[in-house]
Amino acid sequence: MAVRSEPAAIRAATGTGNGLRHHQLGMALLAAALVFAPLVLYPVFLMKVLCFALFACAFNLLVGYVGLLSFGHAAFFGTAAYAAGHAAKVWGLPPELAVLFATACSAVLGLAFGWLAIRRQGIYFAMITLALAQMLYFFYLQAPFTGGEDGIQAIPRGRLFGLIDLANDLVMYWVVLAVFFAGFLLIYRTIHSPFGQVLKAIRENEPRAVSLGYDTDRYKLVAFTLSAALSGLAGGTKAIVFRLASLTDVHWTMSGEVVLMALVGGLGTVFGPIVGAAVVVSLQNYLAGLGHWVTIVQGLIFVACVLAFRRGIVGELARLVGKPL
Amino acid sequence: MTEFFGIPAPVLFGQLLLGLINGAFYAILSLGLAVIFGLLNIINFTHGAQYMMGAFTAWMLLNWLGLGYWWALLLAPLLVGASGILIERLLLKRLAGLDHLYGLLLTFGLALVIQGLYRDAFGSTGLPYAIPAELRGGQNLGFMFLPNYRAWVVVVSLAVCLATWLVIEKTRLGSYLRAATENPTLVQAMGVDVPKMVTLTYGFGVALAAFAGVLAAPIYQVSPLMGADLIIVVFAVVVIGGMGSILGSIVTGFGLGVIEGLTKVFWPEASSTVIFVIMAIVLLLRPAGLFGRAG
Amino acid sequence: MRTKTTLLAAAAVLALGQALPALADFTGGKVRIGVLNDQSSLYADITGRGSVVAAQMAVEDFGGKVKGAPIEVTFADHQNKPDVGSNVARQWYDTDGVDVIVDVPTSSVALAINEVTREKNKVFLVSGAATSDLTGAKCSPNTVHWTYDTWALANGTGSAIVQTGGDSWFFLTADYAFGHALERDTAAVVTKNGGKVLGAVRHPLNNPDFSSYLLQAQGSKAKIIGLANAGGDTINSIKQAAEFGIVAGGQNLAGLLVFISDVHGLGLQTAQGLILTESFYWDLNDSTRAWSKRFAERMNGRVPTMVQAGVYAAVTHYLKALDALGADGDGKAVVEKMKAMPTDDPLFGKGEIRKDGRKLHPMYLFEVKKPAESKGPWDYYKLKATIPADKAFRPLAEGNCPLAQ
Repeated sequence: MAVRSEPAAIRAATGTGNGLRHHQLGMALLAAALVFAPLVLYPVFLMKVLCFALFACAFNLLVGYVGLLSFGHAAFFGTAAYAAGHAAKVWGLPPELAVLFATACSAVLGLAFGWLAIRRQGIYFAMITLALAQMLYFFYLQAPFTGGEDGIQAIPRGRLFGLIDLANDLVMYWVVLAVFFAGFLLIYRTIHSPFGQVLKAIRENEPRAVSLGYDTDRYKLVAFTLSAALSGLAGGTKAIVFRLASLTDVHWTMSGEVVLMALVGGLGTVFGPIVGAAVVVSLQNYLAGLGHWVTIVQGLIFVACVLAFRRGIVGELARLVGKPL
Repeated sequence: MTEFFGIPAPVLFGQLLLGLINGAFYAILSLGLAVIFGLLNIINFTHGAQYMMGAFTAWMLLNWLGLGYWWALLLAPLLVGASGILIERLLLKRLAGLDHLYGLLLTFGLALVIQGLYRDAFGSTGLPYAIPAELRGGQNLGFMFLPNYRAWVVVVSLAVCLATWLVIEKTRLGSYLRAATENPTLVQAMGVDVPKMVTLTYGFGVALAAFAGVLAAPIYQVSPLMGADLIIVVFAVVVIGGMGSILGSIVTGFGLGVIEGLTKVFWPEASSTVIFVIMAIVLLLRPAGLFGRAG
Repeated sequence: MRTKTTLLAAAAVLALGQALPALADFTGGKVRIGVLNDQSSLYADITGRGSVVAAQMAVEDFGGKVKGAPIEVTFADHQNKPDVGSNVARQWYDTDGVDVIVDVPTSSVALAINEVTREKNKVFLVSGAATSDLTGAKCSPNTVHWTYDTWALANGTGSAIVQTGGDSWFFLTADYAFGHALERDTAAVVTKNGGKVLGAVRHPLNNPDFSSYLLQAQGSKAKIIGLANAGGDTINSIKQAAEFGIVAGGQNLAGLLVFISDVHGLGLQTAQGLILTESFYWDLNDSTRAWSKRFAERMNGRVPTMVQAGVYAAVTHYLKALDALGADGDGKAVVEKMKAMPTDDPLFGKGEIRKDGRKLHPMYLFEVKKPAESKGPWDYYKLKATIPADKAFRPLAEGNCPLAQ
C-alpha cells in the first residue's frame, strides 16, 4: 500500500547516489528566486510560504518516499510551535536554541507516535495518526502552558546568537531562508542516500525488503521520526516568525492542509511540496476575504487532484521534461 | 446512599445510561464505516459530513416542507443515501485499482466541500430542531430523570444495528456481500452484479450515517460542523474494534460510549481524550484491533 | 488580503485646499479604520457586519472627515483564529495604511492584535472581546477596552444573584483559559457576597452533549448553575437543561456570557428567566432607541448588540481625539489623548477612560422576559438593576496593569 505517483521509468533514474545535475540547477534557480523575492513580495508572506514549504517537504519524505500517509502531522508542527514559544518567552532562550529545543520535542513525539502507528499500514496508519494528533489537540486545549484558546502570544523574536536583532522582517527573512535550505538539503541528501534507497524499496514492495534482510519497521520509524523532527523545525520557526503559537497549528485542518500541499505539488517529487505550499498559502491569503470559501476551494482541489491530477504540478512537469524533479 | 469510589450510585447509573446513548451514535457510525470498508476498501471520510447532512435534511424537511420528525427518519436516510450513490457512481468508481489512500483523500476533500457549502448556506451557529411531541417529557427512574427521547435513541439504534447485523450475517443477500468482500471476481462470475452491489452498499452505509444524523438533530444543535470532530472519534472506535466484524463494531461503539460516560464522572477533563488513549493501548496489545483480522 | 473598502469621503482631499496643512499629519493623508471581527461564524451575529455598519455610522455622524482628511472604513474576517487575525493586522498596518483596528471578538484574537498593535505603535479599540487581561496583566498603552469584560459580567451577574437568594452555585465551565477565568472571577464574587460554591465540572470546548455534566450539576443540589462558557456551548447547555427538566426541578441557570442575539436564537420560551449582564440595551432610553432605530433600518430590522454599540461609541471618541490632536501617526499619543478627554456619546452617556485603558460606564443587570411579557420583536429584557460606573469594573489596583502603577 503505497502512494505511487512517479512513472516507473522516471523512478528508475533517481537511483544515482548524489542526485542529478538538473536538481542542482533547480536548486540554484530556487535560491536565486528566493533571494530576490523580498524585493517584490511582502516578506511576512514569503516567510509563511517558506515555513509551510519546509513542513510539506518533511511530510513528503514520509508519504512520497516511504509510502506512509500520515494524517496527523499537525501534531509535530504544533508541538514545536508551542515548545519554541514557551522556550523563547518563558525561559528566555535565544531563538536558535528555542527552535532547536522545539525540533527535539517533535522528534521525541514522532518517535512515540511512529512507534504506535507503524504497527498498522495503509488506511489504518492514516486513521491512527489522525486520532493520535486529535488526542494531542485536546491535551493542548487544556494544558496550562499552551494558553488554551489564546495560544502563546507575543513570543519574542530575540537576537540570533545574541547578536543579530530579528525584529526587522527582512533580517528575519534571511534567517528563515537559511533554515529552510538547511532542512531542504537534509531531506534531499536523505532521499538520495543508501538509507533513502531502502525507504523506496519499502514503498515499492515491503515483503521483498523484509526478505532481503532489512528491518523495515526500524527504517520506517527512523523516517517517521526524521519527518516529525523537520516538521518541528518548520513549526518552531513559524512560531518565532509570527510570534504566535496557537491551536490552529495542531488542529486536524492543518494536517489536511499539509497533505494538500504535497498533493498539489506532487507526491514523491523533490520540488513539488515547495510549489504546493506556495500555491496553498497564496490561495489562503487571497481568498481570506471569502472566509470559509477557502475550505470549499481546498476541498475541490483535493477532489480534482485525486481524480485527474494525481502527479501534481511538479509531477506533471517532470513527465513533460522526462526527468524526475 | 450506596457509593462507588465516592460517587453516589444514582449518579453512576445515570452516567452509564447516558454513555449508552452516546455509544449508540458511535455504533451506528462505525457500523456504516465498516460496511463500506468491507466492500469498497475505502475509509469514508465524508461520513461525518453525511451524518450532518442527515440532520440538516430533517431540518429542511420540517422548515421548508412541513414534514415532521417521523417523515425525516424515513426520508433523510433515503435522500442522503441517494446522494451517496451519486458520489459513488460519479467519483469513487473512478478510483478502482488505485491505492486505497486516494479514496481517503477524495472523501476528505468532499467532506471539506460539503461542510463548507452548508456553512455558507446556514451559518455556523447551528439551528434548533425540536423534539417530536410524542417523545417529549421523561421518566423519573428514581436515580435519574431520563428524557423519553434519549431512551428512544438507545432502543432504535440498537434495533437498527442488530437488523443490519442479521441481514449481513444471516441472509442470502448478506452472504453475497460477504463473498464479494473476499473475492469479487468469483462472485461476479456467479452472476451477481458486483458493481451495483458496491454502489448500493455505499448508499446504505451513507444512509446509516444520515439516520444517526436525524436521531441527533433534536439533541444537539443542527450545525455544519457537528460531524467534523465526531468522525475522528469514530475512526478511533473503528481502529479499536477492527473493521473485520460487524458485531465487533457495534459492541465497540456502545462499549466506548459507556467508558467515555464513566470518564465524565471520575475525571471529566480526560473525557475527550479517553477513547484515543484506549486506542493507543489496544494498538500496543492487539495491533489488529479487538475484533479485527491482521492487515 | 482582499478586503472590501468603503470610501466614505472620496476625493474630498484636493477640493479642500484650506485644510491641507493639517492633512500633513495624517499618515497617508487619510484616516483608515479597520474593523476586524467574525464575519461568518459563531460571533458573526454579535459583531460581524453590524459592527462595520456601526463604524460607518460613527464616521458619517462625525461628518466623514477629520480636519479635512477623509475617513475610510475597511473590514476583514479573522475566523476566530489568532494567527489569521494577527496576519491581517500586520498586513493592514505594514502595507495598507490602517491606523486603528476596532472590535475584535474572541479573546485569543484580541490578545494577539493587542501585541501587534503595541509593536507597530497604532491604536486598538476593543469592543467584542471579553477578557479582562486586556486591561490587566496584558494591558497596553495602545489599547482601549470599551464595552465590557469578564470581570464586569461576573461581578454584575454574580453579586446580583447572590443578593436575591441564589447563594449556592455549581459551575459548568468550558475547559480552557477563558472558561476558567470566568469561573474564577464569578466564584470570587459569589463568596465575597456570602454565597457558597458547591462545585464545578469542566467540559471540553464545543461540546455537543451536556447531559452528563448537567446531571452532575443536578446532583449537586445547588440553587444556581453558572454557565462559564460561551457561544454554542452556552446555547446547548441551556437547551439540554430544559430537556432534563433542570429549571422545572427548581434550579436556575445563570448565563455569564450571553448576548441579546443568543436570546434571539434560543427564543423566549427557552431563555425566559435567564439573568444576564450587559452594558447596553437598545430599549434603555430615548437616545439608545433613536440610534438603534437607525441601525436596524440598515440591518434588516436587527437591533444592535452591546458590542456593535461599543464600536460606534469607541470610533466616535477616537475621531474626537484625532480632531483635537490633528495627527494619527503616533498610536500612543492618540490613546493618551483619548484618556485625557472625557467621553460623551448617545449610547453609553458620559464616562472616561482609565489609565489602564478601561472605559468606565454603568453595567445593567437584565432578566429575560417571559413570552407573555414581550410586547414586540426584540422586546426581550427587563431591567433589574444598574451597577454604577465606579462599581461596574475591576478596581484599578487589582488588575496588575503596569500602566496603573
